[in-house]
Amino acid sequence: MPLLQIKNMSHDFGGLRAVNNYNLEIEPGQIRGLIGPNGAGKTTIFNLVSGIYSPTEGDILLNGKSLVGLKPYQIAAMGLGRTFQNLRLWRHMTVLEHVKMARYSKINYGLLGAFFGTPKRIREEAEIEEKAHSLLKLVGVADLADQIILNLPYGAQRRVEMARALATEPKILFLDEPTAGMNPEELKQMMDIIRRVHRELGLAIFLIEHRLKVVMELCEIIQTLVFGEVIAEGSSEEIQNDPKVIEAYLGKETIL
Amino acid sequence: MQINNSLSPEKKTFASRIRNSFAQLPLLAWLCGVLGAVLLERYLGDPLTELLGLPKIPALFGAVTILKKPQLIPGTVAFLFLIYAVPILVIPRLFGSILNRLVGRLFHLSPAMSVAIHLGLLYLILSLWADVSGYRLLTLKLTLIAIIVTLSLNVINGYMGEFSCSHPGFLALGAYTASVFTLFFFVDDKVFGAAFLPKFLGPFLFPIALILGGIVAAIGAIAIAIPSFRTRGDYLAIISLAFMFIVKSIIENLEFVRGPRGLSSQPNYVDLPTVFIWTVAAVWIINNFVRSTTGKALNAVRDDEMAADAMTVNTRRTKIVAFLFAAFWAGVAGGLFAHVLRYVNPGTFSIQKLAEVLAMVYFGGLNSVYGSIVGAVSLSLLGEALRPLEIFKWIIIPLLLILVMIFRPTGLIAFKDFDVMKLISPKEKS
Ligand SMILES: Nc1ncnc2c1ncn2[C@@H]1O[C@H](COP(=O)(O)OP(=O)(O)OP(=O)(O)O)[C@@H](O)[C@H]1O
Ligand SMILES: [Mg+2]
Repeated sequence: MPLLQIKNMSHDFGGLRAVNNYNLEIEPGQIRGLIGPNGAGKTTIFNLVSGIYSPTEGDILLNGKSLVGLKPYQIAAMGLGRTFQNLRLWRHMTVLEHVKMARYSKINYGLLGAFFGTPKRIREEAEIEEKAHSLLKLVGVADLADQIILNLPYGAQRRVEMARALATEPKILFLDEPTAGMNPEELKQMMDIIRRVHRELGLAIFLIEHRLKVVMELCEIIQTLVFGEVIAEGSSEEIQNDPKVIEAYLGKETIL
Repeated sequence: MQINNSLSPEKKTFASRIRNSFAQLPLLAWLCGVLGAVLLERYLGDPLTELLGLPKIPALFGAVTILKKPQLIPGTVAFLFLIYAVPILVIPRLFGSILNRLVGRLFHLSPAMSVAIHLGLLYLILSLWADVSGYRLLTLKLTLIAIIVTLSLNVINGYMGEFSCSHPGFLALGAYTASVFTLFFFVDDKVFGAAFLPKFLGPFLFPIALILGGIVAAIGAIAIAIPSFRTRGDYLAIISLAFMFIVKSIIENLEFVRGPRGLSSQPNYVDLPTVFIWTVAAVWIINNFVRSTTGKALNAVRDDEMAADAMTVNTRRTKIVAFLFAAFWAGVAGGLFAHVLRYVNPGTFSIQKLAEVLAMVYFGGLNSVYGSIVGAVSLSLLGEALRPLEIFKWIIIPLLLILVMIFRPTGLIAFKDFDVMKLISPKEKS
């Protein structure tokens, strides 16, 4: 059984069909890529799967259980972690607090612990903190743990967002343009982090990218989305040589 | 911060030197300094007022005397300097390093004991200070209650970042519930007839009255929370404002609590230790909550709700729980309030009360326990001190608020964690 299965999913924004008859199957531990020009509907697919929108048609199954109609926090707790295209961070919180927060659904001390500082709460908070530190180390920002997030440079903020998504203990991680706006140095580091995360945590990754170079290097299978429809699917070679993909990307510098 | 930049360099180093010497003294040293001051006032206050030609010990740091009789200004200033400034500045300096070692020893022995000692000392200071006059005692009690009210509203308006106007309504629910409870069970009066239970039980069962008040306020809060937090959007401000007016007019029309005439002769259960203990409990529990990961979820919801949702935070539940929690404490504060004044009427819980509480929250600082304490204490005392100015009081206080909003839009001490362990730990020499 595939880890994530999307069947004939469509979504309309008013009269605009943003996603049309979309299908996807991801096996555990696989890295998949999704490319496509601006406005193709890539982020919409992420938002549909993570529960921000509800699909007009079709079904989404995670481990065989349908996600349609569930709230984002429930879907996240079931093992779907994600980052956002335009960073969504909590401006008054520290780096460590960001990662700790993503453990919310795994907290067992209840309101009693929250109000009275019971031993159970103290123990659990310490565990959460340790876990958060290890994730921050994994993405290479452990030394910034106590900084307010806004004081961090952009690249580091992206890494914190990644660590935060990992703290939800996802089985599959959705990354929406993780290298957007990065210089070549930061880009290379981010790709290393994605590889490291994949290797060490053994999770499946679904990656949206604008830069073909990144998806080509990281992903086993790539889909190309144009106007809400998949026009090509296959290995990076196949995609690269597909005339429809070349046409869709014609005149764009982003190609290679 | 901006002000520091405009200072000349030597002044800046002077200021920072002072700040450094302050920072090196443990909290215990300051408490000892203030204790010295209140003791000095207790034993030398009267002879000194005679010597300086003052009619009596200035009740609220001489503000009333100064405003009413300007010719007494020099005497009042001299009094304040000798009784307050000298011991508070001298004692911490003299005994600072000894006390710092003591604090260190205590901290390693048992932080809980250290907290208890600090609180005991604080209580001693407050009770000695309030002992001078009944007016001081009343002001102190109302100030402590204002801390609970302000902090609980800060949970909603600061930590959660919504705008709620319902606090006077919660206060009213708590005040009336607790009053009806004590009047019915422990008082022979015209409204509820003879006491139902032996009167000596009253003080022991009074916590139940307060908790019931809190629970009723929280139940009232459900009526706001369910429609307001169903969807994203700014319904809360309007619904909570309506709630405040509805509660007031319902009580006005309830004959069994004597409508607009209000309830009086509540038993005298709320002495200083009672208010002090409830205030400490409220600050402790609320601070525990807002510093837990469960409570920090409020900040996440405020700063980016979509991200909170995607990080497994049940945003609706988070908001509702926090809202009811805040209403509960406002209800408790209302019960205390009714038993301090021993009289309540619905008119107390109107838009003016709302303005007062909102001012304390925004003046003191959003998302901060320190801020709420500072806001509640400073505006309570200022409100009393400026009383002789009558109508001008209502010009000066709003002006002050506007100034704070201009220079510090989130309040004096905003977004600061209240870390008790750090507060009671010994200070390192820099
Ligand atoms: N909330 C919304 N309401 C209405 N239309 C929307 C909404 N979100 C997206 N759209 C539209 O749906 C289409 C797909 O948008 P989407 O953000 O999914 O594109 P994308 O592939 O992620 O593009 P980009 O590469 O720029 O991020 C666009 O035409 C966009 O304008
Ligand atoms: Mg997008």
